[in-house]
Amino acid sequence: MRYSLLSLVRQALAGHRGWTPAWRDAAPKASYDVIVIGGGGHGLATAYYLAKNHAIRNVAVLEKSYIGSGNAGRNTTIIRSNYLLAGNEPFYEHSMKLWEGLEQDLNYNAMVSQRGVLNLFHSDAQRDAAARRGNAMRLCGVDAELLGAEAVRRMAPFLDFENARFPIHGGLLQRRGGTARHDAVVWGFARAASELGVDIIQGCEVTGFIRQAGRVVGVETSRGEIRAAKVGMAVAGSTSRLARLVDLRLPIESHVLQAFVSEAIKPLIPGVITFGAGHFYISQSDKGSLVFGGDLDGYNSYAQRGNLPAVEHVCEEGVAIMPLIGRVRLLRSWGGIMDMSMDGSPIIDRTPLDGLYLNAGWCYGGFKATPASGWCFAHLIARDEPHEVARAYRLDRFATGHLIDEKGQGAMPNLH
Amino acid sequence: MRVRCPFCGERDSSEFVFLGDASVRRPDPDAPEAAARFVEAVYIRDNPAGRYAELWYHGAGCRSWLTVTRDTRTHEVFAVELAREADR
Repeated sequence: MRYSLLSLVRQALAGHRGWTPAWRDAAPKASYDVIVIGGGGHGLATAYYLAKNHAIRNVAVLEKSYIGSGNAGRNTTIIRSNYLLAGNEPFYEHSMKLWEGLEQDLNYNAMVSQRGVLNLFHSDAQRDAAARRGNAMRLCGVDAELLGAEAVRRMAPFLDFENARFPIHGGLLQRRGGTARHDAVVWGFARAASELGVDIIQGCEVTGFIRQAGRVVGVETSRGEIRAAKVGMAVAGSTSRLARLVDLRLPIESHVLQAFVSEAIKPLIPGVITFGAGHFYISQSDKGSLVFGGDLDGYNSYAQRGNLPAVEHVCEEGVAIMPLIGRVRLLRSWGGIMDMSMDGSPIIDRTPLDGLYLNAGWCYGGFKATPASGWCFAHLIARDEPHEVARAYRLDRFATGHLIDEKGQGAMPNLH
Repeated sequence: MRVRCPFCGERDSSEFVFLGDASVRRPDPDAPEAAARFVEAVYIRDNPAGRYAELWYHGAGCRSWLTVTRDTRTHEVFAVELAREADR
């Protein structure tokens, strides 16, 4: 069923009894052309673009739980393309452009809202870094504006500009950045992929890989063996666990990142605002809740829950930047497991095993990358060569020295 | 999460700094495959879901380097030793 104003009116008049499920909950067949492991945003987007861009429609997405139950449902919904390095910026801008047309393409309301992403700076050195980043963005044809303190004050007068330790000197603004509704992104890709013939199989955990003559030719799952000419992994958070089944060791550590939602308040925050003196990012959902987060807890974890020191730290940062939220009550917090790569950038590449493809290492920037990640991973699987904007995301870059270390932290995954 | 430091007793995890995998050893730079071994040591990790021996530094306490054995699925701490003793 195509969603439109007409379909809405028709259903309203019929008492909303005629809506059909948005996508087909499939049972596994014996074999497929391509299996994508992981029913998050990236996996579903990969299946959708395999079907749409490459006419490969005999595809299964295998999800061990329900779709969108991992990091796709656990993020702070920010979309942006304000990266510095040449290996990253064209990729994220490709993603931004896909976001801009996504709802028309999927015929689904993903609530993409380009309300702007403002990165504050608090010192002259940070202003220089922001100017450099803005210039790098503009060289790639991306919008960036360097704002002084007065311009920031007009946008967000409630910030603590005169903070003795971290006064606000200005900010780098990307007006095209913003937020999207994370669950709707998952459902939209699932619906569009399902309509093109993709099987979405939930409750189907991969427990092993079937190998023949050094090639991966399928997977063993909790719902039986499934064969495929090609298998793609898009299971960020659990990548090492899955890769271990084929004795593949990766430059990845799994870390827990917490995110937070406050009670709903009246409209306050115009877009996404980040605190430059710590690591803190905040936006306001359409429902009125403040949605925010900060750093990783900092230790390896698969627990999908964090500890209180990180909660305290994030809330301190929030109050430092905008003291007026001091009495807003925290409603919920949750943890997601991040694939922290050793240089802070993702991997979209073939593996040493023929027939097995890897999409991993998204650190905590995976949500904004969802459309382009699917686009480029589908390209890699279909054509056996990397997409132009994802050429730098090679698995062997750690051995060859072609790292993409946006923050310059070195091989410290918990600091990226 | 609380860590029982051998010197200081049970302390909140926020007093510590996490470094990572305690099994990593600096390879012999004169070995024939030294380059490949350094790539392994610097970048490649087992990243297990379960028991994991890792290095923690008690920065807000006795400043010892500790080897903490912990379950990455539950955050349960099984054992804490001084790193130099665990290394023996």
